Amino acid sequence: MQRISNKSIIVSDKTMSFREKIYLPAIISGMIITFSHLFRKKTTIRYPEVKREFSAIYRGRQVLKRDDEGRERCTACGLCAVACPAEAITMMAAERKTGEENSYREEKYAAVYEINMLRCIFCGFCEEACPKEAIFLTEKLVFSDYERGNFIYGKQDLLEPVDPQNRIDVSKRETPEMLAFKQEINLRHNKK
Amino acid sequence: MTIYIIYKTILASVILIISLLVAMYSTLIERKMAGFFQDRLGPDRAGPWGLFQPLADGIKLFFKEEFMPNTADKFLYILGPSLTMLVALLTSAAIPWGPSFLINGKEYPFQVADINIGILYVFAIVSIGVYGIMIGGWASNNKYSLLGAIRASSQMISYELAMSLAIISIVMMTGSLSLNDIVAQQKGFHWNIWYQPLAFLIFLICAFAETNRSPFDLPECETELVGGYHTEYSSMKLGFYLFAEYINMFISGAVMATLFFGGYNFPFIDQLGLSPNILAIAGFFILMTKITFFGFVFMWVRWTLPRFRYDQLMRLGWKTLIPLAILNMVVTGVVILLNK
Repeated sequence: MQRISNKSIIVSDKTMSFREKIYLPAIISGMIITFSHLFRKKTTIRYPEVKREFSAIYRGRQVLKRDDEGRERCTACGLCAVACPAEAITMMAAERKTGEENSYREEKYAAVYEINMLRCIFCGFCEEACPKEAIFLTEKLVFSDYERGNFIYGKQDLLEPVDPQNRIDVSKRETPEMLAFKQEINLRHNKK
Repeated sequence: MTIYIIYKTILASVILIISLLVAMYSTLIERKMAGFFQDRLGPDRAGPWGLFQPLADGIKLFFKEEFMPNTADKFLYILGPSLTMLVALLTSAAIPWGPSFLINGKEYPFQVADINIGILYVFAIVSIGVYGIMIGGWASNNKYSLLGAIRASSQMISYELAMSLAIISIVMMTGSLSLNDIVAQQKGFHWNIWYQPLAFLIFLICAFAETNRSPFDLPECETELVGGYHTEYSSMKLGFYLFAEYINMFISGAVMATLFFGGYNFPFIDQLGLSPNILAIAGFFILMTKITFFGFVFMWVRWTLPRFRYDQLMRLGWKTLIPLAILNMVVTGVVILLNK
């Protein structure tokens, strides 16, 4: 029979030789293998003291970005909510009043923006769908909690701080390839 | 005479405490070893290098809910773990821990009880151990417990036969049942292992079965029988069962060291010219080193070998080990007769 890969082993019911029947050589060779493992490098990461480095494009909890002048980028278009397969995102739009130009970049903004972190599957579709580069997934994790209600993250949890020092760096995710991908007209998120 | 009694009482308590402490810390070492064999670190959160882990485990077990199934036989249900623990602790009485102390010209043996049938005593006590498991498993009134208990009893009885037959050749060589005599005869480097390697191998395999440890841990066999004989146990009653296993491991290490590896004897023991008291302490530490080595072997085997199937276990016991032990006995007898 043609074998697809060389990974499979043909099992046979052949009678064991004397050497195999007394088991001891096999047991001793097995014990030498386990003994050699005593001196190997351990793979344990001692979590609270040592943290494992995440990939640059790790998909953790979301952040709502501001632009360089500290204005919110989100215009509450709702594309992220449409793209979300888990239906975790809800938002309510509002119109920018005069005098609020420093807070919101465009005339419309999200007055309420909520992500239910119990529903979110961290797929990153919201990030792909966003035409305004407003939402990104980060390396941060969603903390555990005792109350279900606390898992609904509002704008106060998601929005990045205005202070330029405390901005959340997403430059590794915001690559030219990603921008080209977002503008690709044939992809689902750009179809009418 | 009074001093002698006080000495014996202190010795007995010290050995009791030592065996409890060793058993306590071998739980930690076992977990550490398991980790190291699997490229992990093992528990290291409680105290430096996890040194308080056994304390934490003990406290946890004490504070767990005391649960008893309402169909269980109450008296036997409590008797089971108590008996297991009692029997596990009793064996250490007959083992000679070192050469005698010499205080004011009087000899104080480093042994709780120098019984002239020491080895028989050890085997008698060990075989009572199966009752703890059997009674506990039966009293739980649970089919998994019962299956575990049945397995434990048949396994331990089968392997006790081969074990005792292997020991007979040692007794034939020594001409005495007293553990003290057996150790005294292995002076220096004349250890029994050089004369009786096959008996040692049989004894070692049987010791794994007697202590219900992998690859013969069929009585608990968590993959098939939930927890085996201790399925229905919780709190410190479960703790006693688990703890007794480690005491048994310590004791069987001590018995193996005594019977085959010269007990407290070490090479050039007489040439060093040490005073008797220092020799007693040194001998004790030598014996503890040997026991530690056997403890390591127990753990090493546990984390290397998969569990035997039940028919394989029975075939190995009855069709391989017992004939081998009888053969070894006959050959030893013939050699002794020829050398007379």
